[in-house]
Amino acid sequence: MRFILRRLGFYLIAFWASITLNFLLPRFMPGDPVSRMFARSQDRMQPEQIEALRKLLGVDDRPLWEQYIGYLHNVFTGQMGVSISRFPTPVTEVISSQIGWTLLLGGTSLVIAAVVGNLLGILAAWRRGGAIDSALPPVLVFIGSFPYFWLAMGALYLFGVVLGWFPIRHAFTDGLEPGFTWEFIGDVGAHLVLPALTIVLVSIGGWMLGMRNTMIATNSEDYITMAEAKGLRPGRIMLRYAARNAMLPSVTSFGMGLGFVVGGALLTEVVFAYPGVGYQLLNAVQGLDYPLMQGLFLTITAAVLLANFLVDILYVRLDPRVRSN
Amino acid sequence: MTTAILKQPTEPTEPTAARKPNRSFVHGLITNKKALVGMIVMLVFIALALLAPVLFPGDPSRITAMASLEPDAEHWLGTTAKGQDVLALTVHGSRSSLFVGLTVGFASTFIGILVGLASAYFGKFIDEALSLVTNVFLLLPGLPLLVILAAFLPPGLGTVILVLVVTGWAGSARVLRSQAQSIRSKDFVAAAVVSGERAGRIMFREILPNMASIVMGTLLACVIYGIGAQAGLEFLGLGDVSTVSWGNNLFWAGNEGALLTGSWWVFVPSGVCIALVAFALALINYAVDEVTNPRLRKIKTPKITERGAAK
Repeated sequence: MRFILRRLGFYLIAFWASITLNFLLPRFMPGDPVSRMFARSQDRMQPEQIEALRKLLGVDDRPLWEQYIGYLHNVFTGQMGVSISRFPTPVTEVISSQIGWTLLLGGTSLVIAAVVGNLLGILAAWRRGGAIDSALPPVLVFIGSFPYFWLAMGALYLFGVVLGWFPIRHAFTDGLEPGFTWEFIGDVGAHLVLPALTIVLVSIGGWMLGMRNTMIATNSEDYITMAEAKGLRPGRIMLRYAARNAMLPSVTSFGMGLGFVVGGALLTEVVFAYPGVGYQLLNAVQGLDYPLMQGLFLTITAAVLLANFLVDILYVRLDPRVRSN
Repeated sequence: MTTAILKQPTEPTEPTAARKPNRSFVHGLITNKKALVGMIVMLVFIALALLAPVLFPGDPSRITAMASLEPDAEHWLGTTAKGQDVLALTVHGSRSSLFVGLTVGFASTFIGILVGLASAYFGKFIDEALSLVTNVFLLLPGLPLLVILAAFLPPGLGTVILVLVVTGWAGSARVLRSQAQSIRSKDFVAAAVVSGERAGRIMFREILPNMASIVMGTLLACVIYGIGAQAGLEFLGLGDVSTVSWGNNLFWAGNEGALLTGSWWVFVPSGVCIALVAFALALINYAVDEVTNPRLRKIKTPKITERGAAK
């Protein structure tokens, strides 16, 4: 319990740091973001909205601490201002309409990559020098060396443009009515294949090698020898004795990996024009939509922190040493 | 680059005690197939980067031919939708990409060393505080942070480097801290403390040389990170769009619709170059691991004796 509380405190501090960063960035950067935005959308913005924006981005005359308190208040009450590029939709509305797609893409690819990667790692470590151990790691490391977005471009070109097997843009076909129909779900699935495939391909190598190396260390522990001496079946030793004890670092990197997947998903979404938060973040940057940018950043950060907290809770279940401390 | 890597572990160590294992370390690296392949690839790219102005004199982004030409004898890698020579762009691109990658790598590793050593040596409050900051930076999702920093800072090469160091140092600090901590608890460090050595000397002369291989691994990982993250940032159009680099080449390829018009030769070369460099560095990294960590070495002896040797 104390462990959980400590971690919770840590995540709160991390979240506070990202809010503060968000607060300070526009205030200490050269130039005036509001004027830049104003120049782009002056015909559509009302004076009072410009005033609100100035307050949000700190281009007003109040003392800094007063602005800071107002900013914190706004964040925790969910007032993140109005999007400029999709004027006059509130930022929260823009984000909530898109976060689902990112969760779908990121979640699917993270789970597939982690499960398959760890299994491959287990097998590779169990049969040192076997086919999986000698052939796969170099191949996966090589694939993993490619930038996410470049593999995405390659996949889009090869399977989308040249072969025409999969759709190349968006999350579902235009004009299709979203709903829980087989047609729609199938369509979403088809649109998901290429983006998810690229993320899985790039990240699977890290999982496999991480698992392999921990498991090699575990394999030389005495209790493995003991299990062998007792004459247990190899499959049981591999999964219940060796893999189970080598799992912990993988669980930790699951939380860490999340940040990378969010980043990778961001770039992949851009390539495939997949309507998630990453694609929206780029649009916001290109449209100088500072409120949306800040809102997206905070949302992504909060999601990553929350997921890490869940991983911590899981960790307590898995590792009794944490509980006894 | 390569000489720096080879020199680093030998440089700071005490001459008497440590010379022998280091010679075998260098020897192990040179005879290791992975390391050899990695170093040759890196040398080729460094040579290309240095020779770029000689091989392709003039501004690589000037328009020299018809648009979207397929690769032929005159333009080995074809031309872009604007009519620029892709090969010239790719070769010149290595300059910015390698420069930024190496700068980011060295800077982040340096910060990581300082933070890691200070954490491990002083412990207590300083360790708590530094670990907290490190972990916060590790947890904040890197790419969104990159994007938001780059969006607010004035565009330019300096911004790219700064932003990449800000997001990249924490990983190396964490690895180096845990290694430094385990060395901090060794007897010879306690002996150095008792004999009244200054803190700086203990950190940099006693602890640091003993983690040379980890420092090197971290450095390589940071360089890989730097090159990849720069490319990602530039691909999003957040770098300095006027410079020629691999990331910018890919940005323009995407912008000019190279994918949809089927001009694969525009986007393939820069991506392959990034991958080759990252792969080469990763190979060297694995080789360092293998040479310094006996457990990961190729198995030559039966399992039982290997286990006995490891203990």
